[in-house]
Amino acid sequence: MAFEPLLTRNIHREGSESIDAYLASGGYQGLRRVLKEFTPEKFVEEVKTSGLRGRGGAGFPTGMKWGFLPKGREKPRYLCVNADESEPGTFKDRLLIEKDPHLVLEGIIASAYAIECNLAFFYIRGEFHQGCRTFEKAIAEARARGFLGKNILGSGFDLEIIVYRGAGAYICGEETALLESLEGKRGYPRIKPPFPAVVGLYGCPTIINNVETLANVTLIAERGSAWFAGIGRPPKNTGPKLFCISGHVKRPGVYEAPLGIPFLELLNERAGGMLHPSRPLKAAVPGGSSMKILPASKCDVLLDFDSLAAAGTSLGSAGGMVMDTGTCIVGALLNLARFYAHESCGQCTPCREGTGWLVKILSRLERGDGRPEDVGLLADIAFRIEGNTVCPFGEAIAWPVDSYVKAFREEFEDHARRKACPMRAAAGA
Amino acid sequence: MSLPVRPETDRRIDDLLARFPQKGSALLPALYLVQEEKGWVSEASMEYVAGKIGLSPAFVSGVVSFYTMFHRQPVGRHHVQICRTLPCALRGADALMAHAAKRLGVKDGQTRADGACSLASVECLGACDRAPFVQINDRDFGPVDPSGLDEILKRLE
Ligand SMILES: Cc1cc2nc3c(=O)[nH]c(=O)nc-3n(C[C@H](O)[C@H](O)[C@H](O)COP(=O)(O)O)c2cc1C
Ligand code: SF4
Ligand code: FES
Repeated sequence: MAFEPLLTRNIHREGSESIDAYLASGGYQGLRRVLKEFTPEKFVEEVKTSGLRGRGGAGFPTGMKWGFLPKGREKPRYLCVNADESEPGTFKDRLLIEKDPHLVLEGIIASAYAIECNLAFFYIRGEFHQGCRTFEKAIAEARARGFLGKNILGSGFDLEIIVYRGAGAYICGEETALLESLEGKRGYPRIKPPFPAVVGLYGCPTIINNVETLANVTLIAERGSAWFAGIGRPPKNTGPKLFCISGHVKRPGVYEAPLGIPFLELLNERAGGMLHPSRPLKAAVPGGSSMKILPASKCDVLLDFDSLAAAGTSLGSAGGMVMDTGTCIVGALLNLARFYAHESCGQCTPCREGTGWLVKILSRLERGDGRPEDVGLLADIAFRIEGNTVCPFGEAIAWPVDSYVKAFREEFEDHARRKACPMRAAAGA
Repeated sequence: MSLPVRPETDRRIDDLLARFPQKGSALLPALYLVQEEKGWVSEASMEYVAGKIGLSPAFVSGVVSFYTMFHRQPVGRHHVQICRTLPCALRGADALMAHAAKRLGVKDGQTRADGACSLASVECLGACDRAPFVQINDRDFGPVDPSGLDEILKRLE
């Protein structure tokens, strides 16, 4: 059976972001069905059986996460939508927010119904000015048509949504940092447990879900869990997925495919292959900047949670970055290390000091002042960060460092030995 | 005492305070309102916002300094931000930045003396498919090459 793209079914239409365009494509039918045919508990079950795993990076089963909410109702429950998208190489949520906000909104409303939440927050990164405007407008449109506010579609269910703008901090995409930021504080990640499902926003039970995850909830509402579970590589890698591809390819972009599409198909058929015909693939990071790199020889992989884990990397946020043979791997890692040093929240010493130290070493290698022991030192620092920090940001830099050095050790050693960047020397710079 | 902000801004902050289950949540949006009016967030603005929400000025200043989008000094009328993170770097962000600095006559992180523009390199703007990517105030441009940047700037002037 041919794959029918649904997450991206509207985005190429003129005015795709308006509610009229969305309704014309059958939008909000899923929500009607959920409110009429499902109790909240039954819809949580439906999402569980769909096999949907979170699209924000960690791949945690969505229905199971919802199931962790405590049973009692002494405190209000909150839904926080993670629209902070800041992982380098990742731009799929931006596409949904700007081009099909109602697809996301419908999933938010159905999810809030499932977890019995009456106030949801849409935490969007501050730089997404267009996305903010579009989403605010979508909310107003949905309210005017009775999909938001009091007694939605006569079901007795009430929901308000507040758009909350971040202010330029990658770490606020980490779920507990997001909560701190929403409470009006510095985005310092919290120590877990307690998990947000138990102690979250304002100390109340809270679910945090990614934008694309919630768009998938819309599809489950519309077509059912059996349909969803039949796409991709069941049982644990189900559903459609948005794959980003950037770097040295002809057509960078967001491509929808079932989980488990081969990376080389995404690269060669969807993204049009390598940008410069004379420069073949050197390496790729299929999952986004904080994931491990694969040298070209290992790029024949399937893009899903379990296949990439087996290949020694992760699907992450599916922010594929492609590098050709003209790329200096030391320079690429230096660029990322700078990013992580800039974005560390500074709470833990290994992360705060380690990222800065990595930048220092990589800079001197790249500049031509490297020392023979530097290569080992990089791996050693990464090892000391990993597992010793409050939040997984530590791994987000330790994994790249470790994997870049392992896969391209000679190139690092060459920099130290020659006291120069061989790439720049070759380019006559 | 006269208000350090326009009455309209003050009223919008009151609306925010009523909107959230806890007042603290009004901080980031209130700072945005002040910045929208003044162009930046001064010490006086921080004290005013702190007073409105019931926080200490030191706490507010700690929050402001954590986030890169709050300007603690005035920026230019055109705030030109060029992304430099890896996907943009792989497609020529460095050359674009060098060109922009020359064309605008300012260095990375600086504002021109006449206040017309400022230039900053920033981290990934979540639009790596349009690399190299540029944001000027609240508008997005990409992919942008040096001559494309000249065109955009000409249109803005
Ligand atoms: C440093 C860091 C940055 C993150 N950034 C994002 C982000 O921008 N968007 C996102 O949805 N999740 C991000 N996450 C993952 C979230 O913490 C969380 O797992 C996710 O939002 C849960 O949603 P999901 O279950 O729907 O995937 C980040 C995690 C870390 C450690
Ligand atoms: S690991 Fe880094 S980003 Fe995470 S809490 Fe520690 S210092 Fe902050
Ligand atoms: S790296 Fe420039 S927008 Fe992502």
